Amino acid sequence: MSVPAELHYTEEHEWVSIAGDTATIGITDYAAQQLGDVVYVSLPAVGTAVTSGEPCGEVESTKSVSDLYSPVDGEVVEANEELDGDPGLVNAEPYGAGWMFRVRIPAGSGGEAALPPGLLTAAEYEELTKSAG
Amino acid sequence: MTDFAGWLMPLRYGSETAEHNAVRSGAALFDLSHMGEIAVTGPGAAEALDYAVCGWPSQLAPGRARYTMLCAPDGGVLDDLVIYRQAPDRFLVVANAANTAVVLGELQRRCAGAVVQDETEVTGLIAIQGPNAPGILSRATDLPLEDMRYYAGASGTVGGCPTWVARTGYTGEDGFEIYCAAGDAERVWTALSEAASRDGEAGTPALPAAGLAARDTLRLEAGMPLYGNELGPDMTPYEAGLGRVVRLDKPSDFVGRAALAERAAEGPRRTLIGLVARSRRVPRHGYAVLSGSAEVGVVTSGAPSPTLGTPIAMAYVATGATGPFGIDVRGKTEPADLIELPFYDRRKQR
Repeated sequence: MSVPAELHYTEEHEWVSIAGDTATIGITDYAAQQLGDVVYVSLPAVGTAVTSGEPCGEVESTKSVSDLYSPVDGEVVEANEELDGDPGLVNAEPYGAGWMFRVRIPAGSGGEAALPPGLLTAAEYEELTKSAG
Repeated sequence: MTDFAGWLMPLRYGSETAEHNAVRSGAALFDLSHMGEIAVTGPGAAEALDYAVCGWPSQLAPGRARYTMLCAPDGGVLDDLVIYRQAPDRFLVVANAANTAVVLGELQRRCAGAVVQDETEVTGLIAIQGPNAPGILSRATDLPLEDMRYYAGASGTVGGCPTWVARTGYTGEDGFEIYCAAGDAERVWTALSEAASRDGEAGTPALPAAGLAARDTLRLEAGMPLYGNELGPDMTPYEAGLGRVVRLDKPSDFVGRAALAERAAEGPRRTLIGLVARSRRVPRHGYAVLSGSAEVGVVTSGAPSPTLGTPIAMAYVATGATGPFGIDVRGKTEPADLIELPFYDRRKQR
């Protein structure tokens, strides 16, 4: 199971990659393995305002359905349309072609994109998945 | 891996969709050693089973099998079973893992005049399912499979091990279930894998292992009921559309007879139907079924169907409910089309 060191993570098993004012979001390898084959991903539409910790989509697999949470506040600027035709990308490349949506984060007082508190480092996330068994 | 009725079982070995498709297009292996095997033996075995279950085991010829049910006195289903008549005085009753203790207890109570023995712990069960199953198994067994009919079985060897091989399964495909000594299960598995290996493309096993997740979507596509979903103590075989298993034409008495005769006469209050979703959101067990805005039933099993490429569901609805049907998928009604069960019938596909 892979947990890339450069990403941020949430307790809901999303990963976040920050580039400038944009956050790219997907679900972790661990989450994809737990779900089994992903068959459908419902993503927030471009232009939607999302709020950290609130559900904004759904991930359907053979055996279950899970809410997709936004780890950040902001406006959705892109959704991965490839997943509509090939949801299996989430299993095959959870940190690559299986990314889910991008959010523009409002600039903080220092001009940098403000990360919400509570995001986990790779080491902390790995610890979380181990304690979850 | 998952805990399943006290057994540690693989939900999937790799991709459950690939495992499912392997069974439909080629073949796959299942380890089903968790299933309950109960032997009912002795000169009184046939008569005893005729009283214990709603089918008619004494009518079975040796070497034949039948799908039947163990019912409570009120007609509710305690388990669905496959019974093999392995010899004139020996029947093998195969129960769901979660119900083995209940079935064993009931058979011991109901089968006066026969010996009832739990063989679950000493029995391994390996299933090979899929259109390529006869070809692969024929290279690992001394049994002439071309003579074996659906729902028949015979004693023979697989990989040199003594086994009971039956042309039965829970996938909607041709295939076999191989009962062996628990200690021989690995040898049987290996013998089948080796018999298949010459068919394999480079890097792709010709006979992949399949887990419980694939088993569930395969049986759902085939319209086969699962105990706990479509069957339970609060349902009779009639509601599940399986009234044919209740042999009211059997002259002797059996547990549940009076209640079942009554239910047969009045007709079922709810009906098991098949629904194909128009949306990609998957109907799951327990979701409400609507006709217009009225709630008329509940989904018993639902999953994305790998073969149809769309979500499917079985549901109980009030008898007479006509639709158009919708399913309440977490607060939003998704339209679904009524379809005659099963969703998949191999005789119509090929």
